Amino acid sequence: MEYENRSATIADPVSAPDRRPVSPDSVVRYYSRFSLPQRYLHGFIAVTFLGLAITGLTLRFSTAHWADVLARAVGGFGTVLFFHLLSAVVLSVAFLAHVANAGYRIVFRKEYSLIWGPVSMVPNLKDIQDFIQQFKWFFFRGPKPKFGRYTYWDKVDYWAVFWGMGIIGLSGYAMWFAPFFAKFIPGSWLNIALLIHGEEAILAVGFIFTIHYFNTHLRPDNFPMDLVIFTGRQTEAELKHRHPDEYKRLVETGELEKLRVPPPPRWLENFGRIFGVTAILIGFVFLGLMITAFIKD
Amino acid sequence: MQWSAGAAIVLAFSINLAASSTKSAECLTCHDQEGAHFQASVHNSLSCTDCHTDKNAYPHAANPPKVKCDTCHAEPAHGFAASVHASVSEKACQGCHGDVHSILAASNPKSSTFPSNLPRTCGACHGDTKLAKRHGISEVYSMYMDSIHGFALTKDGLLVAASCSSCHGSHQILSKSNPASRTNRAHIAATCGNCHAGPKQDYLAGIHGQGAETGDTMTPVCTDCHTTHQIARVNTAAWQMKTSATCGNCHQEKFETYHDTFHAQVSALGYVETAHCWDCHGFHDIRPATDAKSSVAKANLPATCGKCHSGVNASFVSYQPHADRHNRHEYPALWGSWIFMNLLLASVLGFFALHALLWLNRSLAERRGRGLAPAGGHGHE
Repeated sequence: MEYENRSATIADPVSAPDRRPVSPDSVVRYYSRFSLPQRYLHGFIAVTFLGLAITGLTLRFSTAHWADVLARAVGGFGTVLFFHLLSAVVLSVAFLAHVANAGYRIVFRKEYSLIWGPVSMVPNLKDIQDFIQQFKWFFFRGPKPKFGRYTYWDKVDYWAVFWGMGIIGLSGYAMWFAPFFAKFIPGSWLNIALLIHGEEAILAVGFIFTIHYFNTHLRPDNFPMDLVIFTGRQTEAELKHRHPDEYKRLVETGELEKLRVPPPPRWLENFGRIFGVTAILIGFVFLGLMITAFIKD
Repeated sequence: MQWSAGAAIVLAFSINLAASSTKSAECLTCHDQEGAHFQASVHNSLSCTDCHTDKNAYPHAANPPKVKCDTCHAEPAHGFAASVHASVSEKACQGCHGDVHSILAASNPKSSTFPSNLPRTCGACHGDTKLAKRHGISEVYSMYMDSIHGFALTKDGLLVAASCSSCHGSHQILSKSNPASRTNRAHIAATCGNCHAGPKQDYLAGIHGQGAETGDTMTPVCTDCHTTHQIARVNTAAWQMKTSATCGNCHQEKFETYHDTFHAQVSALGYVETAHCWDCHGFHDIRPATDAKSSVAKANLPATCGKCHSGVNASFVSYQPHADRHNRHEYPALWGSWIFMNLLLASVLGFFALHALLWLNRSLAERRGRGLAPAGGHGHE
């Protein structure tokens, strides 16, 4: 099946990036997976997350030699903190815009499919079944689960942002505006704020730079990277292979053809590759720096 | 004392001035070289035979006795004999005061013992690394010259700035291990306080000064924080950045807990404006929190924190600048949060790491399986 896919998708830009189709519409059909606002949202979150990670790790491991070098290179602590706060504000705005948009669509446009069902981000029974099935597959005890639009790890990634924003964001703003927050919380909570801000951030950084990178990009099926978040499109083969349940549903409901889009332009794919490789490399470098700082500490 | 003694001597000899100068003129017929310098020296009112007491007749005796400075300068000589230099210096007086016939008054700017010339005079030996090594002492000359005292004295020409003798004395220089030494720990505050009266007063009012007063040898004196020969300006970032570690030499536990705070984190990145020990605790008159006058007494905390954090209130100052997350009893909420976060980190990362490894293993197995059967088709898509 996989080999059939390969031959059928010889011009698939993901698995065979150097071989463009003679006629864009001849063999490979592309379907939209992420809308432009969704891709922008991921872009903003990715860039600001990297900004926060770089500056935040520099602050957290400030006694490490590399942190001192980095801070000096950009003009000192003031610059590091400035970009940390700037990234935090942009990320907060992007996050709140997403929440506001989702809220608007649910409340005013009554898109209840966002709350429950096959296109919802809310975990459901099928996710638990998929999760169990995935482990069965890991141990050669059954076939791969037939994932829907969002896999369980997609949902973990998605909700992790909410958890992270709640913990890191709130504690961060509490420290930023400490005298203001002290009107509502005891000052001793600021000690806890710094502790959980740092620890949760290490969790987030550790998770994104290893687990998220592996789950979405670096695992053998997707290696070296999955461009779908950058181009917003996937081929019919990818859709069938990765989200068979979603494909089946789209065919049955007749929605599939509505999602048909032209192949991604080459510049967009290249942009995605450069963006992705940069993000992964920055992640690995800072993961390494973080680990060396941990060991030396 | 020295001056009045010197004046008396000069007065006594000037009575015999006419006679002695005649005698000196006789000597100068042979010793004209010494004579030229001698006329400009502080001793020019004396005659040659006042010091060379044996040379009243010519030809001179075969083995003349040594010239004794202590005939007149009894007190300096006495002090010198008790000093660390007595055993090591071959030249005694001349070592510092220069050629015996050319000695100038210490008040003469050309004198080797004039304050701004003194460091170079002492440095002739104490700037010699080999000599320093031989005697097991530091090569202090270059340290001093780069210090705030050295700069003030030799570059800015401030004669009030401390030169070597300001701290060590002049003739009776004693080892700092000698309880009578001006540089012994017990006398440091008094020695520095000769010039720095204000800091001395503050220091003696604070807990460190109080400790020193009661003879606690663990309590710091001026030099423990400011160093001795390398004393730097305290308003430079370079010096301020080092102060916390200095306090940490003794206050190890407080230093470590400070290190867990945002203050210390940003300090490590060179942010000098952040709170260092003395920003909250003060410096010379550091007082315990139980003292109502202390900057860290509970009632004074809003003002102390408020120096940096505008708009602080009583709740804000319950922040723990030395919280210890390992200390379950004193900081239970912080300890609990720390344990929770560690468990969360370990379980989330651990679980997903396992998940990823299993996945990697399975995917690779799938690829290998496909390699064995190129026709493909496992049917699990």
